[in-house]
Amino acid sequence: MSALTDLSLAEMKAGLDARQFSAVELAQAHLDAMAANRHLNAFIVETPELALTQAKAVDDGTRSGPLAGIPLGIKDLFAVEGVQTTAGSNILKGFVPRYESSVTANLLRDGAVFLGKLNMDEFAMGSSNETSAFGRVISPWKAKGSDAELVPGGSSGGSAAAVSARLCAGATGTDTGGSIRQPAAFVGIAGIKPTYGRASRWGTIAFASSLDQAGPMARTVTDCALMLTSMCGFDAKDSTSLDIPVPDYAAGLTGGMKGKRVGIPAEYRLDGMDPEIAALWDQGIALLKAEGAEIVSVSLPHTKYALPTYYIVAPAEASSNLARYDGVRYGNRVTPAGGNVHDMYAATRAAGFGKEVKRRIMIGTYVLSAGFYDAYYTQAQKVRALIARDFEAAFEKCDVLLTPTAPSPAFAFGAKADPLAMYLNDVFTVPASLAGLPAMSVPAGLSASGLPLGLQIIGRPLDEMGVLDAGLAIERAAGFSTRP
Amino acid sequence: MSEAPNYIVKGATGDWEIVVGLEVHAQVTAKAKLFSGASTEFGAEPNAQVSLVDAAMPGMLPVINGECVRQAVRTGLAIDAQINKWSRFDRKNYFYPDLPQGYQISQLYHPIVGEGHLDIELDDGTKKRIGIERIHLEQDAGKSVHDLHPSMSYVDLNRCGCALMEIVSRPDIRSPAEAGAYVAGLRQLLRYVGSCDGNMDEGSMRADVNVSVRKAGQPFGTRTETKNVNSVRFIMQAVEHEARRQVDLIESGGTVIQETRLFDPGSSTTRAMRGKEDAHDYRYFPDPDLLPLVFDDAFIAQCRGSLPELPAAKRARYESTLGLSPYLAAVLSAEKETADWFETALAATAAKVGQPVTEVALRVANFISSDLFGALKKLGKEIGDSPVSPDALAELLALAADGTLSGPLVKQVFEAMLETGEGAASIVEQRGLKQVSDTGAIDAAIQTVMDANPNKVAEYRSGKDKLFGFFVGQVMRAMAGKAAPGVVNDRLKALLEV
Repeated sequence: MSALTDLSLAEMKAGLDARQFSAVELAQAHLDAMAANRHLNAFIVETPELALTQAKAVDDGTRSGPLAGIPLGIKDLFAVEGVQTTAGSNILKGFVPRYESSVTANLLRDGAVFLGKLNMDEFAMGSSNETSAFGRVISPWKAKGSDAELVPGGSSGGSAAAVSARLCAGATGTDTGGSIRQPAAFVGIAGIKPTYGRASRWGTIAFASSLDQAGPMARTVTDCALMLTSMCGFDAKDSTSLDIPVPDYAAGLTGGMKGKRVGIPAEYRLDGMDPEIAALWDQGIALLKAEGAEIVSVSLPHTKYALPTYYIVAPAEASSNLARYDGVRYGNRVTPAGGNVHDMYAATRAAGFGKEVKRRIMIGTYVLSAGFYDAYYTQAQKVRALIARDFEAAFEKCDVLLTPTAPSPAFAFGAKADPLAMYLNDVFTVPASLAGLPAMSVPAGLSASGLPLGLQIIGRPLDEMGVLDAGLAIERAAGFSTRP
Repeated sequence: MSEAPNYIVKGATGDWEIVVGLEVHAQVTAKAKLFSGASTEFGAEPNAQVSLVDAAMPGMLPVINGECVRQAVRTGLAIDAQINKWSRFDRKNYFYPDLPQGYQISQLYHPIVGEGHLDIELDDGTKKRIGIERIHLEQDAGKSVHDLHPSMSYVDLNRCGCALMEIVSRPDIRSPAEAGAYVAGLRQLLRYVGSCDGNMDEGSMRADVNVSVRKAGQPFGTRTETKNVNSVRFIMQAVEHEARRQVDLIESGGTVIQETRLFDPGSSTTRAMRGKEDAHDYRYFPDPDLLPLVFDDAFIAQCRGSLPELPAAKRARYESTLGLSPYLAAVLSAEKETADWFETALAATAAKVGQPVTEVALRVANFISSDLFGALKKLGKEIGDSPVSPDALAELLALAADGTLSGPLVKQVFEAMLETGEGAASIVEQRGLKQVSDTGAIDAAIQTVMDANPNKVAEYRSGKDKLFGFFVGQVMRAMAGKAAPGVVNDRLKALLEV
């Protein structure tokens, strides 16, 4: 059966359409693969019964749609009705929502089959999947000649590991500062974060509301396009949702780069950049040029302020968004004997949240507090506007931007124990998040140690199509085919 | 406008004046909450009107209720305020069990309504303009119930997320009476506009009372804020007590500290809240889940067009156009329901009598303010539940105008209308209450009275004019009140003076 899990999502769709195999067979092949790979800890909850029921309905013809029978993993940030949803946090352990997130509802509408809930950094805060209350996720990849376990990236690390290890055809991810793109790069898959407002945030547990966007992670650009069309769309329940029609991305995909202008931002070529990353980037530039693209040099002068800006805005919003986890209405509650309600809050949140979440709540509380608000939050909002303006100016000269996705290949557990070193992983992904732009990572090569490396394409607002086309061009030209 | 005489708190060291500003929280009249579709009806079972958004379940998002925005704009227009076409919601962060999100969505930095004012009038007729700094929209919190369990508290989220307008006055108020007049005037206006039902008992309207004291000519003193006072009387008491307390404190060598206080209706005093309830850094910041509120002039014009005639304008019109006394104009314009009732009855009466409204206005106004209000008071009913409709009243007054009913008969028929709910004409018909102007019948009655009282007739004829009233009374009684008084007068004179 392993052959079924090796198929791309598009191939599975074709196979199901041609009745080469049934949806139940396809689901079962993935459930078997999941069972055989539990050491990766990619899933927090497996939902075999749900998956087989949904698959059977597809085989019966009672469920249909563009993704009918496609087995997917769902990041544990998305509420799935009747299935435990925790955001990877102890404070929500045992929480079972009675509602379906808009994104997963769209996927269900289109016939998808849900295999389970995927592990992640707690409340999507992390770049290595080491902060989950359900244990770390292990990458299916190993460096050449080494047996050291590697991180899958984060925060969508469970999604990345599961897709890469062929445990699901594709997975939902969410991206606040790079949480789809960086793990995709670390495990050699594709992932796209659409324009802010394309995918509804309703029913997806909030980290930083002005940055959070859902998106697909899959093994090919075409697979991402198929999922993206389904996941996106206007939702009146999310005030920041864009009421703009969503194109059929897969149908529109050409990969053609003739006449396209590809911008190379000078400021992304950091001092002391890993030469392997620099070489991969140069190779990507050469590939797109060979495909007929015009390469132009552009400047994004405020890039160096993006990371500090992000680490003010995101924690500020998070400190407020996570206030609702107080032990009063749902989730875990700790009641110290003889304590009052404030003692209950303190004990509940001390026990419920992990170290990184607490750190960000404290940073966020600090930057919003009286006397510091203007110096931090107000200033960060101004810089954020300047960063967005940088991109606007750059897109007058080019159609898409090409950059590396991450400054290094996947690293070992504990390698970035210093939070600042960890935050630096987001250096290339954060600017597009702050500007709300569509951006994707595609696998483009291997490091000397045999680990996947990704390139990032950033597009104009709402130009997911242009991003996907450039992604497809790189995918075809780079011919990345190595698997873990 | 004439300046109200200064209210003074007498102290050992001299006279103190008081400075008061009010933050009135008015629940917006809307079927659904400010950011969720849950119902806002008062009195439901605890936690029966709570949506996923109100309970702040993971992943829930707020969506603005346009009706609440419309009501805030209409209210702003009614206080002649600047309407901000761009406004924004901010989060006010604090932990409390009846605040599920851990923050209240409010408008600190960019409120929907800016500077406006309300003109008040005190009992002695002095008038004053009170500045209004702003009106902003915000979510109400739920309710914590502490007395149902020995060691636990209960939380009812029905009210949580309901839309409030916070109406912030300038510190222009200088006496308890002005504070009372301001709140009563604001309540009247909100009820006219229809943006708040003004039910202070149900908590739809309550005020935070800011008070400070100073010697004349001195800068503002340190103020205290007494929270959630929920009646006009309590607000006046809170101002009075708090001013007295501050004067006594300062004069005994103490210092007023800026603090939050609670009003105790039992003792009419205020007391400081515990420090913990008060010490907050709310960490306000723009709510990233919501877009700014933006609207155009057409929307504002539409809101303006939907406003009814407001109480001040109505009252002025009753005096100048309808010729009512200031007292009648004030009484009939006090509540929109009353004014509407009066105007409906007025139009119907004018139509039935065939005279312009200006001719019949005083009669209609007098009847409503004395007879109808008296009857309603006796029945314990509001004007909206009056057993006599404006049309029915018009029918009655038309029968008076055309001479069918005399003054006493009008009252008699009105009593019957209250009892039976039937129309005036049908009561007159059934009970034969028509006024008699037939001189034959009246002459006969006069003759009977004269025959029964020969001595009195003699006295009258010898010059005791005062007996005329006696004869009128006797004749009216003999005719069961149905005789036309004018005809009785004429005939009596004629027959007595033969």
